[in-house]
Amino acid sequence: MRIFQSDILCIGAGLAGERVAVEAAQAGFKVICLTVVPPRRSHSSAAMGGMQAALGNSIMGDGDSPEIHFKDTVKGSDWGCDQEVARLFSQTAPIAMREMAWMGVPWSRVVPGEHTYYKGGKPFQATEKAENEGLIHSRAFGGTAKWRTCYTSDGTGHAVLFTLDNRLLQLGVDVHDRMQAEMLVHDGVRCMGCVARDLRNGELVGYFAKATLIATGGYGRIYRATTNAVICDGGGQIAALETGVVPLGNMEAVQFHPTGTVPTDILVTEGCRGDGGTLLDVNEYRFMPDYEPEKAELASRDVVSRRMTEHMRKGFGVKSPYGEHLWLDIRHLGEKHITTNLREVYDISTHFLGVNPVHQLIPVRPTQHYSMGGVRINKDGHAYGLEGLFAAGEAACWDLHGFNRLGGNSLAETVVSGRIVGAKVVEFLQGYEVTFSTQNLRDTAMKLEARITKIKHGTGDDCYTLRNAMQDTMMEYVGIFRNGKDLQTGVDKLQEILDRCQNMRLRGRPTAGPNAELSMALRVSGMVKLALCTAYGALMRTESRGAHAREDYPERNDKDWLVRTLAYWKDGDSLPTLKYEPATPFFILPPGDRGYGGGKIIPGKPLTDDQLVPFVQQA
Amino acid sequence: MGRKLTFEIFRYQPLDTAATPHMQTFELEEHPSMTLFIALNQIREEQDASLQFDFCCRAGICGSCGMVINGRPGLACHTQTCDLPDHITLHPLPVFKLLGDLSVDTGTWFRNVGKRIESWIHTDKAFDPAAQEERMDNELATKIFELDRCIECGCCIAACGTARMREDFLGATAINRLARFYIDPRDNRTPADFYDLIGDDRGVFGCMGLLACDNVCPKKLPLQDQLGIMRRMVTLESVRGILPEWIRSKLQGCGCNHTAN
Repeated sequence: MRIFQSDILCIGAGLAGERVAVEAAQAGFKVICLTVVPPRRSHSSAAMGGMQAALGNSIMGDGDSPEIHFKDTVKGSDWGCDQEVARLFSQTAPIAMREMAWMGVPWSRVVPGEHTYYKGGKPFQATEKAENEGLIHSRAFGGTAKWRTCYTSDGTGHAVLFTLDNRLLQLGVDVHDRMQAEMLVHDGVRCMGCVARDLRNGELVGYFAKATLIATGGYGRIYRATTNAVICDGGGQIAALETGVVPLGNMEAVQFHPTGTVPTDILVTEGCRGDGGTLLDVNEYRFMPDYEPEKAELASRDVVSRRMTEHMRKGFGVKSPYGEHLWLDIRHLGEKHITTNLREVYDISTHFLGVNPVHQLIPVRPTQHYSMGGVRINKDGHAYGLEGLFAAGEAACWDLHGFNRLGGNSLAETVVSGRIVGAKVVEFLQGYEVTFSTQNLRDTAMKLEARITKIKHGTGDDCYTLRNAMQDTMMEYVGIFRNGKDLQTGVDKLQEILDRCQNMRLRGRPTAGPNAELSMALRVSGMVKLALCTAYGALMRTESRGAHAREDYPERNDKDWLVRTLAYWKDGDSLPTLKYEPATPFFILPPGDRGYGGGKIIPGKPLTDDQLVPFVQQA
Repeated sequence: MGRKLTFEIFRYQPLDTAATPHMQTFELEEHPSMTLFIALNQIREEQDASLQFDFCCRAGICGSCGMVINGRPGLACHTQTCDLPDHITLHPLPVFKLLGDLSVDTGTWFRNVGKRIESWIHTDKAFDPAAQEERMDNELATKIFELDRCIECGCCIAACGTARMREDFLGATAINRLARFYIDPRDNRTPADFYDLIGDDRGVFGCMGLLACDNVCPKKLPLQDQLGIMRRMVTLESVRGILPEWIRSKLQGCGCNHTAN
């Protein structure tokens, strides 16, 4: 077995992983990045929108501050986030954006003078200040008091990722691409690296590292319909969960987007509805005003997604070979508007769906979009349960987003938490020495070998059948609307699928090389475990908070549920063990009403003085 | 019922000592909005689980799925079957190392090229966390972003005559990448530095002007223009001290809106 050694091993080389790698390499540590695809193909590249940071350069962001950004974030999270982390994030974000400008990101800049902007679909005039000419500009995103989303045209993720990867080239960081981290090497106390499978040839490879970082992104692929890339299968979360000692936080917190397109689930922007697009059913009837007379299609993301699902359940969905969907109609906006203001939507429709939205309806359905849950870390990025294990970005539960994350906060989190966690990893590595156990490495590799042999000799279902069964179960029972009965059914079905994974077989003949089917087969049982953490966590959480909407418990319950779920998986179990911890160590913003989304609140006990702290604290 | 599509797909796994390269035929019923992403996954999941290919974002952004589609390099996720005849031939991109069937190693190729052209901002300034960002004209920022849109899919390299003949040719993608740094005021490299990087036939002078790169680029990058701009810049650099400076500087700015650093 080939064995590599480094000071830090970054599993995942998207924005978060690379930002941590840059920090460690700048400090002179040896870094290896391990990734399933070349870094520039990471899912970070697909993020178009932007990164929130309170720079306050644009006129619509005038007077912005980290404190206002902090408040928006806490409200967005429905008070599920860690307020200490949200404060740290909002204070660091402006520095992180300027630092990316220094590294080479071509941020869009302020152009002084009068401009036409849009709010709620209506144009208005605003004048950018002359003294801010050439500073980083910002655009509007939902749920924010100020316009603070920094962007580069329609390719923010791409531009920042390429800039960071350029920096990695400059610093000479080793990148091992087409490498799948399968299991962490640890002794129950300390993490020592991982065993990976080389996707070029199928060989197992060992990695020893003083610090190991999980930055593998989300786990959207546990759902059938997801905007996530095909690689977002939760590989990092699975590796952490299967240690038995590292918990995953708030796995039941899953965000859906109302307008994923069918069949490929590529996202079309909310701007369609903002500009006056409508949603139609199988009879081409506009149904949203019946449910939401006031806001109709312009209700919040989670509300629109819920109403669409409700309407399809009543039998008004459009049947297709790719499953049921509804229609998005923007025809009445006219060719000029569609091909200019909504160019991105026009391009996606024509290139990927073969639909011309000027004359035709766009097939859409609510689609899994973002994983708020992940590897539970403390504010420094250190994972619970194992020394030397860190996580950052969407793979982690830091916990900035609580039960609903704001658009633009997740992309910002990658470089902001990457900067913070990177510095903490560097601090951790100073003078830190560790004994690598070849015994632990060998045992882990043998375990993985045994898993592979078992699949090669299995006689049951193939991995695609089992994956599809899991994805369909998640869509049907653990989707947008949740209730005790359905969630219980979902949990039961997933347990049965997990059991069937024990006898998984390969459909194709065993081949030399990486064997794409085996790669998938190795993922499926772990993905089912993540699905069970999500479903079981949702079943136990008897309240509605942010994206977690229980029909049988519609209230947000601050009395009993102002807590974070921690899911552990003990070897051989068929369900996670759930524990809970307070959502936040202290309150800067006491629990209140978000001001949107509706719903009742069951208040918690009044806060004591020592639970409340000001935003600006004395050091 | 949709059309019956016939896929003729290149098969070869180099690690399998018994294997020989060959074409294999699959049949599939066409559905509305079917792309090659959907078709290839359906073939793998229902007909031949050993078929190798690469997809990631499946939305034309990540550049993973470049392949030769009916003789022309392109992104498979971006290609709808309804735009193709009912007989579809798929080959891996040439030039890059074959990993198996339709999967090639673009990652290693681009990483090596990135290092060769030093694809990063060269600056002596340290980052100051307390300082305001340096200002930049928005028009320039947009111009840089437009050149930064390359997704490194490798289609331009696969379509390039020179790249097929010499392994060390940097190709249109690398020259476009340097053009991005050339116009970026944060990068302090001079035309002489760029001359050292691309001023020979491994760089701009290797291009034969066939310009298939420009034709096949899925992001419609202005590769032809950038080749011309960079070639002129290093050519004029090569005659520094030979050609009178007033002629040189006049030619340098000619028609491309670029000024010499």
